[in-house]
Amino acid sequence: MAELKLPVSEEEIRKLRVGDAVELTGRMITGRDAAHKWLIESFREEVAPFLKDTVIYQCGPVVRKNPDGSYDFVAAGPTTSIREEPYEADVMCRYGLRGVIGKGGMGPKTLEGLGRCGGVYFHAVGGAAQVLAHAVKKVERVFMLEEFGVPEALWVIDVEKFPVMVTMDSHGRSLHDEVEAASREKLKELLGLGA
Amino acid sequence: MRSQERYSEVFLEMLRRAATQLPDDVVAAIRRGRDREEDGSLAQKALDTILMNVDLGREQSSPICQDTGTPVVWVHHPIGVSTRMIEKSMIEAVRQATARQYLRPNAVHTLSGKNTGVGTGAGIPFMHFEEWDEPEIEVRLILKGGGSENASSQHKLPDNRLGAGRDLEGVRRVVLDALVQAQGKGCAPGTLGICIGGDRVSGYEESKRQLLRHLDDTNPIPELARLEEQIFREGNELGIGPMGFGGKTTLLGVKIGTLDRLPACYFVTISYMCWADRRAAVRISEGGDVTWLS
Repeated sequence: MAELKLPVSEEEIRKLRVGDAVELTGRMITGRDAAHKWLIESFREEVAPFLKDTVIYQCGPVVRKNPDGSYDFVAAGPTTSIREEPYEADVMCRYGLRGVIGKGGMGPKTLEGLGRCGGVYFHAVGGAAQVLAHAVKKVERVFMLEEFGVPEALWVIDVEKFPVMVTMDSHGRSLHDEVEAASREKLKELLGLGA
Repeated sequence: MRSQERYSEVFLEMLRRAATQLPDDVVAAIRRGRDREEDGSLAQKALDTILMNVDLGREQSSPICQDTGTPVVWVHHPIGVSTRMIEKSMIEAVRQATARQYLRPNAVHTLSGKNTGVGTGAGIPFMHFEEWDEPEIEVRLILKGGGSENASSQHKLPDNRLGAGRDLEGVRRVVLDALVQAQGKGCAPGTLGICIGGDRVSGYEESKRQLLRHLDDTNPIPELARLEEQIFREGNELGIGPMGFGGKTTLLGVKIGTLDRLPACYFVTISYMCWADRRAAVRISEGGDVTWLS
């Protein structure tokens, strides 16, 4: 499996294609529903450097606080991406993100944003919270923990060999659109419905 | 020894088991799916990761999925046992399980958006009580994650768009359509708990109760057994596959129950359960002895 280091350049990210299996190593940040809304409401100077040229992981982890005040990720799989469809392309282009990690794929607005600003959609295996938490080597810091709570906070994490698959690329291709179209065709056939 | 402390202790262990250990029949079904997929395909890679993840959860006593869901609980109790006491015990157990990271703090105040931080809140956990003639109490629960809950749906027949009438063929049609709609939301391969009939409340309850059944059981009602088998086969022919990557394994199981209905209503209610089909069951004797059920 190919390894991809974070931060990553636009040029590197544009080389990735749907169907590529990749292991990510480096720094990324988590963010889900509350975080996406917050990032769009105004430009968040303090968080911006942690978004530039890396990826946002749509994840609401289970986190343990250690006696010394540090944190560990106990369970950390992806959440359903489509809820961030109204925000993701704007967050990506505004903060210079190079990609998203989530599950289930995203829609046309995000796909367009991936092409325009240079990014990919990485699919992590949904529910694989243990495998993915083990790839998180360190929790560097956290934003908005008090306000949003553990699942919704923005966690800055260092990962090593974090396994993902490219299912939407910067060349306009989406595996999700293809599978959905094929399954709809099959459904019509099973139900005997005309096109 | 019917004390709140004893019940809380047992329920805490029950929640730990449910969150960290996937039932054997579910693991076996995932393995069968894995062996059917093409070698080297994204579908097979996804199922391999899932199986590795299931082993890790069990070994390390850590949650299989970070979305540890809503505990949905069914309790059978003898005459004279306080259901309020059982409910308090479960609430305490959920709080302790959350403090120990078996569960994620999963209750958010709807108006303020603030997480309660302790795993419990208004309506969470959700509990059903039923009195019975046996001397023991029996508790069964599922952990129902949010992604799969968002993929659940209720339909009323007839449905002209799908050519679905008020019969089992109509049920087949809306369920297969709903499965196509669920892709990208619930984590496939999933299990469908289905209730035909009932009202808008009881339909959802029964559809979730169907998820307590073992994947390899056979519905005692032959026409429902046939329908389960057919939807299972055709659902897997849709090609959605694990995680929606394409492939042969879209469903792990289909479980259907019925409730009587009003003459004017014909509801089909579908509770989608993700591959992390987490459940646990226990019997507690009058003296506080515990028997774990599968």
